[in-house]
Amino acid sequence: MTRLSRRERRVTLQQRERLAALAFISPWIIGFLVFTAGPMVASLVLSFTNYDVINPPKWVGLANYQRLIDDPRIELSLYNSFFYAALHVPLMMIVAMALALILNQVGRAAGFFRTVFYLPSVTPAVAVGTLWLWLLNPRVGLINRALALIGIDGPGWTTDPAWIKPGIVLMSLWSVGNTVILYLAALKNVPIELHEAAKIDGANPLQRFRHVTVPMISGTIFFTLIVNIISSLQVFTEVYTMFFGNMRSGTASSAGLFYNIYLFRQAFEFFRMGYASAMAWLLFIIIMILTFIQLRVSKRWVYYEGA
Amino acid sequence: MAVIEHSGRSPQERLADMIGASGSGIRQIIPRLLFIVLLIGCSLMFLAPFAWLVSASLKVRSEVFGPEWIPDPIAWENYVKVWEAAPVLSWLRNSLLVGVLAALSVTISSALIAFGFSYFRFKGRDALFNLVLATMMLPGVVTMIPVFLIWDQLGLVNTLWPLWAGNLFGSAFYIFMIRQFYLGLPRELFEAARVDGASYFGLWRHVALPLTRNALIVVFVFEFKASWTDLVKPLIYLYNSDLFTLPRGLKALLDQFGQGGELQWEIILAASVIVTLPMIVIFFLGQRYFMEGIATSGLKG
Repeated sequence: MTRLSRRERRVTLQQRERLAALAFISPWIIGFLVFTAGPMVASLVLSFTNYDVINPPKWVGLANYQRLIDDPRIELSLYNSFFYAALHVPLMMIVAMALALILNQVGRAAGFFRTVFYLPSVTPAVAVGTLWLWLLNPRVGLINRALALIGIDGPGWTTDPAWIKPGIVLMSLWSVGNTVILYLAALKNVPIELHEAAKIDGANPLQRFRHVTVPMISGTIFFTLIVNIISSLQVFTEVYTMFFGNMRSGTASSAGLFYNIYLFRQAFEFFRMGYASAMAWLLFIIIMILTFIQLRVSKRWVYYEGA
Repeated sequence: MAVIEHSGRSPQERLADMIGASGSGIRQIIPRLLFIVLLIGCSLMFLAPFAWLVSASLKVRSEVFGPEWIPDPIAWENYVKVWEAAPVLSWLRNSLLVGVLAALSVTISSALIAFGFSYFRFKGRDALFNLVLATMMLPGVVTMIPVFLIWDQLGLVNTLWPLWAGNLFGSAFYIFMIRQFYLGLPRELFEAARVDGASYFGLWRHVALPLTRNALIVVFVFEFKASWTDLVKPLIYLYNSDLFTLPRGLKALLDQFGQGGELQWEIILAASVIVTLPMIVIFFLGQRYFMEGIATSGLKG
């Protein structure tokens, strides 16, 4: 008797806990269904239709995917986005690491300099784009004026198709603050004993960086690599601010046409919702493949404590 | 005692301490000096764009792009011109309203959800939580169009609702972050409250919430910043200029007075300062929360 009722009680407690957990989680479940899972299915379905928001969607089969292949601006915008990512990601990581290593050497004033490097990251992206449109101006911009001081005739960062993307990369490096602070936090976690042991073994600073620091913070490096690749393929605001909207200029509308900008224009300027959905799925698949490859490769070089 | 100790040290020593130099002697001082030059050089490169922006925003139109760093004469009227050219006060009000609503709703909902994923043990919890984390990888453009269609169906396009109301359902990254803090709380605290007859909601409200105040502030300032700086949603959802947020307004000014427009750059630059300044003030007030938040985001790695 007592045994049975105890089991009964336990079951009801378990049930009550499960119900309570469900209640706490329910906002996420509703949000997931309404704003993530549902829209994913919907956008997949839309990608097989033509839909301009006003008239009902028309089923077109794989036509939108065929257009992805035929449309030269898809290739162009993918090229632009990958070009940007290939320059931005490594440069960003190198600059952030250099700044973090410098900050790690600074004593009590570190907080002040950390703030200095982080300030651009709290600046709204629209303001960053506006500001850099002028810093990069070939004639009057601060960058080319500074280059002139050391005798370099600066390029047409905002006018020359060959220099528009490097200019955008330069702008992106101004906002490294987030990564700097991540690296700095990771550097502070490297046990000092490891460095001292390596020093006793006669390792110079470069060797210690290569063989002590990098393996110890490889988890953080990997994290920033994945996050930065994913986000750099989706760059939108700064570049859209600079070169699109009412004031699109000829050269920049090709050299600065990043994938997400093209997608945005297809969806919300030309109202080709079906085609834009197909574009979104192409990007999703590309990002999934890239992430999968990185996860596989990372097993060879990322060190996890306790793993 | 502290005062005596302090005055007992030379300014050089104090400076050396500030920048982390140890020991003295010429051999250590020269690399240290080079290091300081490097540090200050880098800092100037990061600060110069701000200085240029503020300076140019205070110049008269004919000199906006001149080489001088100190504007002469100082054209305070540029800020008045922004005021006259655009409903800046409405934009500011919209940005504040959306920012506070977005931050508040995401903080409360994410904290609730995080509690469901940390205090309770139930079948399928870990699988479900992995699904939460997986949504972080999803590019926003995959859901962007259907979500727009939902707000359109609800008749809420061209209102401020779509800019924040989605936050009522929590956000994966913040759920993860708050859960980390909850997992760090000793379980005995909850058991004790249970014995005292607290409900599950009471456990969250009176035990978990007060003990993780800092985490909640981190989430709040992060989301406020994200909302304040966002351009994509205002571009998609807002058509009337009275409804614009500050970033959307700045983009509109750039379109109106910039290239192909009326070429009144002093207005655009002054507006850029207006859009940027509040965020910088908030950053200085909540600096440690920003730093804490970024450090936590690395924990995933």
